Amino acid sequence: MTNLNFEDIIGRYFNLNLKKDNYRIYVEEAGQGTPLLCLHTAGSDGRQFRHILNDKRITNNYRVIVFDLPWHGKSNPPEGYELKDYKLTTNLYKEIIMSFCKQYKLIDPVIMGCSMGGRVVLHLALEHCDYFKAVIALEGSDKLEPYYDLDWLHRPDVHGGLVQAAFVSSQIAPQSPNNFKHETLWHYMQGGPGVFKGDLYFYWHDGDFDDRSNLIDTSKCPVYLLSGEYDCSCTPERTLETAKRIKGSKATIIPGIGHFPMSENPDLFKTYIYPILDEIIK
Amino acid sequence: MLSIENWINNINSNKRLIENGRWLNITFTFGIGDKDYLFEILSGNVLSINEREILTQSGTFKIYGQKDSWNKHWLKVPPRDYHDIFAMLAKKIIYIDGNLTPFIQNLQYFKDLIASNRDKHD
Repeated sequence: MTNLNFEDIIGRYFNLNLKKDNYRIYVEEAGQGTPLLCLHTAGSDGRQFRHILNDKRITNNYRVIVFDLPWHGKSNPPEGYELKDYKLTTNLYKEIIMSFCKQYKLIDPVIMGCSMGGRVVLHLALEHCDYFKAVIALEGSDKLEPYYDLDWLHRPDVHGGLVQAAFVSSQIAPQSPNNFKHETLWHYMQGGPGVFKGDLYFYWHDGDFDDRSNLIDTSKCPVYLLSGEYDCSCTPERTLETAKRIKGSKATIIPGIGHFPMSENPDLFKTYIYPILDEIIK
Repeated sequence: MLSIENWINNINSNKRLIENGRWLNITFTFGIGDKDYLFEILSGNVLSINEREILTQSGTFKIYGQKDSWNKHWLKVPPRDYHDIFAMLAKKIIYIDGNLTPFIQNLQYFKDLIASNRDKHD
């Protein structure tokens, strides 16, 4: 075994019960220490965080945990999914995350989400400030303006995988390494029919939060916001506007990176996330 | 910005781009400032790019913006908001009208086709 080129990541399945549904959830883990739960973007899956899971600088102090949301990656949708269109509501999203945290027995975790994950962690900072040690919103804001018609993402005369990748390619910085850009897009080509569209229901509509984000108490739950200069979805301006509403939050705009910092340019991203992770456990 | 001839050459010499557009037969309109150009495409190859001379000459859809905006898009490293046509659409730097179905069906092809006017030597 010693000569096999394994990564440090361990993947396995976890059965999550939520109301009447059972979700078979795929989870990856690496490291020891403070739990760091990572939430992937809309329409993608936990592979986006492989560079975090494989980074000993992080896993020496953090137990990094990444799960694929139901309907995404290797996590199944619940039985009966075929009977209705998938639509991620704010309540369902929060319930899945909090049920996972409790049933996975996470104590005092840090939670870091990107894009829609960066939105929902702000909801959680408000509603569960005593539970989370800190929240990190990557490409996160409390409100966005839709800029294309979501119906294009799920119709029989448009290839869902190709169009999803083509849409989100606009959110990657031109400076990002080509191999990581295309790995990020590959994840988008593999989503189930209508899943990206269903996620964006939360991200663009149901999850708006700008009327309550000012209620977050950062003295109980520190809030960090990190967004990329080239993100045309959660723009730097939207992140900074959100940060203004959340008193005590710390916002940084990363030059030369887009909407997928951890997967499109992991080396650059790490120079910004290391100090935050160090500060949280200081 | 390249000459029309170099732009066509950049497109038709890009084997991967042509493969990606191989199902596409269409004429679309591309607007630069007050000038419109008609792109005639057959199986992903650009047969011609001609300036629109009379209004009844029309494409299935039209994508258009100001010359300065396109020139920023075509920089070797475009600034934010100009780096991709959907980033430009999101910011209302450029506009699109008409029947968008073939455009969306071949979205990455059209993005790459338009970006292939990018000057690699600025």
